Amino acid sequence: MCLAVPGQVMSIAERDGTLMADVDFGGVRKDVCLQYVPDATVGEYVVVHVGFAIQRLDEESALQTLANFEQLGILEEEFGAK
Amino acid sequence: MKYLDEFSDPVLARRLLDQIHAVTTRPWAMMEVCGGQTHSIIRHGIDQLLPDGIELIHGPGCPVCVTPLEMIDRALAIASRPGVIFCSFGDMLRVPGSGRDLFTVKSQGADVRVVYSPLDALEIAKSHPDREVVFFGIGFETTAPANAMTVHQARRLGIRNFSLLVSHVLVPPAIAAIMESPSCRVQAFLAAGHVCSVMGTDQYPALAAKYGVPIVVTGFEPLDILEGIRQTVVLLEAGRAEVGNAYPRAVPPAGNLPARAMLEDVFEVADRTWRGIGMIPGSGWRLSERYREFDAEERFAVGEIHTDESPLCRAGEVLQGHIKPHECAVFGKECTPRNPLGATMVSSEGACAAYYAYRRLELVSL
Amino acid sequence: MTTVDFAAWSCPVPLRDTPAVVMGHGGGGAMSAELVEQLFLPAFGASPDDLGDSAVVTAGGARLAFSTDSYVVKPMFFPGGSIGDLAVNGTVNDLAMSGATPLYLSTAFILQEGTDLAVVGRIAQAMGLAAAAAGVRLVTGDTKVVDSASGDGVFVTTAGIGLVAPGVEIGPRRARPGDVVLVSGDIGVHGIAVMSCRDGLSFGTSVLSDTAPLAGLVAAMLGSGGDVRVLRDPTRGGVAASLNEIARASGVGVSLAERDLPVPAAVRDACSLLGLDPLQVANEGNLIAIVAPGAADEVLATMRAHPLGAGARVIGTCVADHPGMVVARTALGGTRVISLPIGEQLPRIC
Repeated sequence: MCLAVPGQVMSIAERDGTLMADVDFGGVRKDVCLQYVPDATVGEYVVVHVGFAIQRLDEESALQTLANFEQLGILEEEFGAK
Repeated sequence: MKYLDEFSDPVLARRLLDQIHAVTTRPWAMMEVCGGQTHSIIRHGIDQLLPDGIELIHGPGCPVCVTPLEMIDRALAIASRPGVIFCSFGDMLRVPGSGRDLFTVKSQGADVRVVYSPLDALEIAKSHPDREVVFFGIGFETTAPANAMTVHQARRLGIRNFSLLVSHVLVPPAIAAIMESPSCRVQAFLAAGHVCSVMGTDQYPALAAKYGVPIVVTGFEPLDILEGIRQTVVLLEAGRAEVGNAYPRAVPPAGNLPARAMLEDVFEVADRTWRGIGMIPGSGWRLSERYREFDAEERFAVGEIHTDESPLCRAGEVLQGHIKPHECAVFGKECTPRNPLGATMVSSEGACAAYYAYRRLELVSL
Repeated sequence: MTTVDFAAWSCPVPLRDTPAVVMGHGGGGAMSAELVEQLFLPAFGASPDDLGDSAVVTAGGARLAFSTDSYVVKPMFFPGGSIGDLAVNGTVNDLAMSGATPLYLSTAFILQEGTDLAVVGRIAQAMGLAAAAAGVRLVTGDTKVVDSASGDGVFVTTAGIGLVAPGVEIGPRRARPGDVVLVSGDIGVHGIAVMSCRDGLSFGTSVLSDTAPLAGLVAAMLGSGGDVRVLRDPTRGGVAASLNEIARASGVGVSLAERDLPVPAAVRDACSLLGLDPLQVANEGNLIAIVAPGAADEVLATMRAHPLGAGARVIGTCVADHPGMVVARTALGGTRVISLPIGEQLPRIC
C-alpha cells in the first residue's frame, strides 16, 4: 500500500488558508500539501503520498542507516578474516 | 532520486543478504503486511535471493484488493448517476464489481476521472459547481490523512457538491485477525512503513506481546526490505517478540501528530468488511458525525446491494497467507489481470497480479 | 507443485467480457492486440503474420511499405512537440521500421466545431516542418468537421508509403536465439512529457518528448551492412509491449539486464512518483533493433555515430529459453517477467 516518495521542499506558500509546497522529486516538480508537516523548511526532504507530505525525512537517520549497512559488511569481513 | 537510489544499491544489498544468510539457522515464516512491499519484493526478485527457509507470506495490505465487492458496486452505481463526476485513484478503475468495473461504466457514458490526489477532486468540484463530485476514498492509514484533509477543506470552504465514498481500513486489527485465525502460520510481521509514518508504532508492542510475534517496521526500497527481514530474523532467532524499526528515517515513534489529530476529528472507528477475509470488528474508519453530510453513501441512497464473489476465487486464502497465488486452481487460467476473478489479480500490488506479472517463469518450470 | 498451463496465458480471453469499446482497447497492450486479432483480422480475411508497424507490398515491381495511424493525443501540445509532430513522425517511423525510405504521406483531419483556427494552424505548421525534416511530402488530405459533442479538438490521421530497397528483409518474425537487442536511446521520455501536462496529473518536469523521424537512423544502420533482423519503434505500451510482440512473433525468449536500460533519472523519478514501469511508457523517437550476433558491434557503432542514436546500447539478447516471454535480470540479481501491458497506463497510489 501507499506509494510514498521523498522529495525536497523548494518553496512554501499559503493558498486558501492551506500550507502548500513546491516539492522537487529529482527534477519532477509537484504541488504538495504541507499542512501535516507545518514545520518543514525549504531545503528539507519530506515523504509524499497522494499529494500530501505525511512525514519529514530524517536525513541524519538515513545517513546513519546507510552507514550501518556499510559497517555490517566491514564487520563481517573482519570477522571472516579472523 | 535522492533517498531512493541509495537504498537500492546492489553492493549493500549483497551485504545485507549475506548477513541474513549468516543469522538464519532455521526456517521462518514472516508476513509483509503491505502490498507495496509485496510488489517491491517480487519486482526486485528479493524472495529469490533469501535463504531457502525464509518464507515471505504476502499480507492483506492492498487497499484495492480488500475493498469489498458491495462497496465497488456502490461506487459503480453512484458513478452511473447523471450529473456525477466520479473521481478515483487509478488503481481502482480495473477492479471488478459484480460484472463490470469503473472502466466499463465510463464507456457507458459515466464521467469517471483518474486523479493523483483527492485535492484534485476537490478542485474539480470547485470548477463544476453544478455537478456532484464524488471521490472514492480508499486506503489504509497512510492515505486517510489526505482524504480527511480534503473533506475538512470542503467543509471549511463550503464546497457542498463534494462528497467522499469512504472505504478506509486499518492495519492493527487486520494483524490481530490474522493471528486469531486457527490455521495461521505467521511467525513475525514486517509492518508497513508508511502507515507507521502517520500512526507511529505505539499500537504494536501490545500486539507483539499478545501474539508472541516480532514486528519490524519496514520501508519499501530493496535495502529497507532486506534490513526489515534481517532485523526480523535476528529477533526470531533470539526468541524475542519485540517491535523493531528498520525505517527510522520516515517513522518517528509517535508518527505524525497533526495528521493523527485530523483523523481523530474527521473519522470514527467502524466495523469493516475486507474482501476475501470477511468482517473484522473495528477495522475501518467512516466519517464522524461532524462530517457525515459529506458521506457519499448518505447523499446517494443506493439501497441494499447483494453480491456474489466468484466461487472459484481463493483470494481470501491468499490474503491470509494460507496459499500462494499459483496454488489457486484458476490462477493464470480463468483468472488473469486481463480478466480478474478477484481483486488480488487486479491491483499491481495484489499478490496474484504480482506473481502473474513477474513470476511466471519459475511457475512454468515448477 | 501446481503446474501452470502456459498456453492459457498467451491465449487471451475473448472480447465478450467487454461488450463495448473501453479506453484500454486503444492502449497498445493486450486489449488492443485482442481487438485486432479477434475482430479486425477475421473480418478483413487477413493473417496475423501481416502485423508489423507497416505492411510491405509489391506494386509495379517495386516493394512498398504502407502504413497508417490516427492521433488523438491529449493535450495536443506538450513539452517538446505537438499532435502535428507525432502525426508525421509516427507514420514515418512505422514505415522506417520495415526498412523503407518513407516518401509520401496523406493526412485527414477530424475537427470539432468551435476549435480555434489558430490551433489548427499551429498543428498544420508543425506537420509541414516535421515532413520537411523527415524528407517526406504531404501530398493529399481530407477535412471533416463534427459537432461539439462528437469530437475533442483535433484528431489527425496520416498514411504513408515508402520504398523498400532490394535485399532488405526486416520483420518481427526474424529474431533468432543469440541475436542482440539494441535500443537507440533513452526510454520512456515521450510518455512522461505528455503525462506531465495531463488533467488531474500535472507535474513539472524538464522532460521533453523525444518525437523525431527515425528513417535516417535506419538508413544508416542498413547501410552498415550488418544483418538487422527486426526493427520496432516502442510507442504505446513502451519497450515492454514491443519486446513481447517480437518474442511472440519469432518464438524466442528475450533476456534483458535491468541495469543496462537507459532510463533517464527524470523518467525514473516520475515513474516512482506515479507508480509506473518505465518499460511500459511510450516513446516517439527511439527504436529497438534485433541484430545478428556478429553484426552487433558494427550496427551499434553506426547508430552511435548518428545524432538520434548517440545513446544507443545493448540491453539484452534473444534466447532459446522461455519462448514468447521477456525476462529481466534485476539489479539485485533476481529475475522478473516483463509483461505485455494490459490497457491504459494508470498512476497508482499503492
